[in-house]
Amino acid sequence: MSRSIDRDQKRFNEIVRGRVRKNLRKYVTHGEMIGRKGRELVSIPVPNIDIPHFQHGQKGSGGVAQGDGEVGQPIGKGQDEADGQGQAGNEPGKHIREVEITLDELADMLSAELELPNIEPKGKDTVKSRKDRYSSIRQTGPDSLRHFKRTFKRALKRQISTGSYNPSDPRVIIQRDDERFRSWKTIEEPQANAAIIYMMDVSGSMTDEQKEIVRIESFWIDTWLKKQYDGVERRYIIHDAVAREVDEETFYRTRESGGTRISSAYRGAAKIIERDFPPSDWNIYCFHFSDGDNWGEDSETCLDILRSGLLPISNLFCYGQVESPYGSGDFIRDLNRIQDEHENLILSEIENKDAIYDSIKDFLGTGR
Amino acid sequence: MPISTQRPLPPEIKAIQDDLEAKAAEYGLDFFETIFEMVDYEEMSMLAAYGGFPLRYPHWRFGAQYDELMKSYSYGLSKIYEMVINTDPCYAYLLTANELLDQKLVIAHVYGHCDFFKNNAWFSQTNRRMLDQMANHAARINRYVDRFGYERVEEFIDACLSVEDLIDPHSMFIKRPGENGRVDQPTGNESTSDGGTRFPSKGYMDSFINPPDVLAAEKESQRQDAEQKEKSRSFPEHPQRDVLQFILQNGALNDWQHDILSIIRDEAYYFAPQGMTKIMNEGWASYWHTTIMTQHALTDAEIVSYADHHSGTVATQPNRLNPYKLGLELLRDIEERWDKGQFGSEWDNCDDLHKKATWDRQLGLGREKIFEVRRIHNDTTFIDTFLTPEFCAKHKMFSFAYNDSSEYYEIASREFAQIKQQLLHSLTNHGRPFIYVIDGNYRNRGELFLEHQYAGSPLKLDYARDTLINLEKLWRRPVHIATVIDETPSVISWDGRSHEIQPRRKAS
Repeated sequence: MSRSIDRDQKRFNEIVRGRVRKNLRKYVTHGEMIGRKGRELVSIPVPNIDIPHFQHGQKGSGGVAQGDGEVGQPIGKGQDEADGQGQAGNEPGKHIREVEITLDELADMLSAELELPNIEPKGKDTVKSRKDRYSSIRQTGPDSLRHFKRTFKRALKRQISTGSYNPSDPRVIIQRDDERFRSWKTIEEPQANAAIIYMMDVSGSMTDEQKEIVRIESFWIDTWLKKQYDGVERRYIIHDAVAREVDEETFYRTRESGGTRISSAYRGAAKIIERDFPPSDWNIYCFHFSDGDNWGEDSETCLDILRSGLLPISNLFCYGQVESPYGSGDFIRDLNRIQDEHENLILSEIENKDAIYDSIKDFLGTGR
Repeated sequence: MPISTQRPLPPEIKAIQDDLEAKAAEYGLDFFETIFEMVDYEEMSMLAAYGGFPLRYPHWRFGAQYDELMKSYSYGLSKIYEMVINTDPCYAYLLTANELLDQKLVIAHVYGHCDFFKNNAWFSQTNRRMLDQMANHAARINRYVDRFGYERVEEFIDACLSVEDLIDPHSMFIKRPGENGRVDQPTGNESTSDGGTRFPSKGYMDSFINPPDVLAAEKESQRQDAEQKEKSRSFPEHPQRDVLQFILQNGALNDWQHDILSIIRDEAYYFAPQGMTKIMNEGWASYWHTTIMTQHALTDAEIVSYADHHSGTVATQPNRLNPYKLGLELLRDIEERWDKGQFGSEWDNCDDLHKKATWDRQLGLGREKIFEVRRIHNDTTFIDTFLTPEFCAKHKMFSFAYNDSSEYYEIASREFAQIKQQLLHSLTNHGRPFIYVIDGNYRNRGELFLEHQYAGSPLKLDYARDTLINLEKLWRRPVHIATVIDETPSVISWDGRSHEIQPRRKAS
């Protein structure tokens, strides 16, 4: 039995999700969610879900309570109240309601908003699960599944072919044989795994702000890919003039200086793939973030490794150039030269935090 | 009746109920028949979200409330033990998961509420058949949903709810013509006086003393005057606090919108007395559960957990007033004072502290007094009449205020006068601003002009702006509210497209 409160709760959820979707760009760029796992609930502030009333502001407000304490002793923090005292304005109010939502759901919204296509993984043929989908048609079934349009068409066809259809009295009479019903097909879903290799330039020009961008972007890439694959493995490489495989923690913490030799990272990536992820079984994703400042002749080496080693075996190779106050940022131009020949090479320039959202679309919008 | 879960109470609970009901009546509590139902936590949350009623019109805010209750329960933050509805008969819900001891406590508590509902003067005008009424409201609104679509109706309800508190709870007790019960659609002008000045005369002299053509001319000029006056007239004549009624009578709503707004208004009036008597009502129920439990219903084995559960109910927090605690203690204080004769001019004029401390005339009027208090007071008059400096000191009461610079609420004062003033301030109109309709024909353009009676607390501006947007959906012409912003008398306006805030000009 459905209860009326379920209807109200469902409606509330719809409203919440609608508002979240509207402000998604803000939430995506917000660093707070990072480090959380997929199904975990995150609490996010959603504006304007409360019903506004005429009410007093905080200023001049107060109350009465009981307990010990001296006059002047703080007893509780006020709410942030940014309501633009004294100014005229058209901006809507900001009354906030905290709502809980899972990261999976946020990732779903993200993909709907960015129109991210679902990835079609390559992988083992081993059957993992069977699902029933209503995607076929049968001649018998319950009335609730009757496919009206098809039934009607069948009846019309039959009447025309038997000559019992009269255009001036266009009545279609459905007989038992005309009826068609929706039916399900059992779909077998193969298991597929993905490996993600994150590479980052940690030369002195990558400041904390740039790393924050990488961190946020990687987080959403992770969250998204986890939804697409049954199993996701991650590896991290940092590099300056030489490359090192590190754990996630170190990846985001390390700060070094010295020269930059990007090819060292690409070699490292190829090695890891060879060691852990045979391309026949794994969907491989490489993400490389740098400010684009590379050692002169090294760029040619990079292109070679990409062309002969990484691009042929990767689903995607994504290069994100994070704008930095230092450095030439030339590397993206070098990569640009070979981009036309390789569909799975994606380049994205990430100017600042606000650009993360669009950059995610650049990377994942290909459906590979 | 859809309310019934059709599940009879388990025999042991039924036995407790019979016992406690008899006991409550013995103590002089006087209640409507009270029907108990056992519900699980989901059902309890649903009922709580619906304000106690099993059937309400469709709206998302009930879902939001339900969501919140279920979550805070699952995180162990809060739990509803009981719920009582003010109807005749009274319905009360018990939580299936409560321990037997809790059920006892709760049942005793419920009889306190039922007695309060039946006898407190502020409830005397409430509809005791509200169950039917709520179901009827739901049916009407569901019909509009079927006809106009969910979203459209919901959006309109949102707008109504935004101003649902702009009613006048005192008006239930004032009998003015045409103001009671449902507000009808605006009707035509009723002034149909004869007009003209007619002098008394004998019949055969009449056409000479009151020449018809003169009368007609006079009548015509009077009519023109009245029309002129009517045109430029601002109304209402006196500021009107029931903004909803004003809109219902003078607004340009469709039939279905008119009906929905009047439903929201009816329900707001039904719930208003509960908001006005929260401290007294909870205090009264707590007084009776304590009295009945300690003097009658507890077994030795239950004392410790009873003390634990009771203290949980009346626990205080540093930044929030517990209405159960304040109400209970104040009632006990009154009882003691009237038992000992600590009232009247002699007591008031006594300056001898020692004499006051040991003052006991052994009048024994306490019980009688608190029954009287529960009959005639609401929270505001209760605090105003019975809060004493001694009580404030004994219960470590303080007032607190928001400190702009530290962005913290801080203890502001332990002075009796300040505490009392602050408490009354937060209780009056639920701590909400007083808003009146000043003019329904502002600038002679049919615009709605409200005034906030400023008493030192400014309006929250973002809320005010959004409330105006909703108000305009009801009035369908530009809306304004006069208030004070940064010490400057100002008017916030919404014309349907943009907001404007201007200093208030005195009407010339």
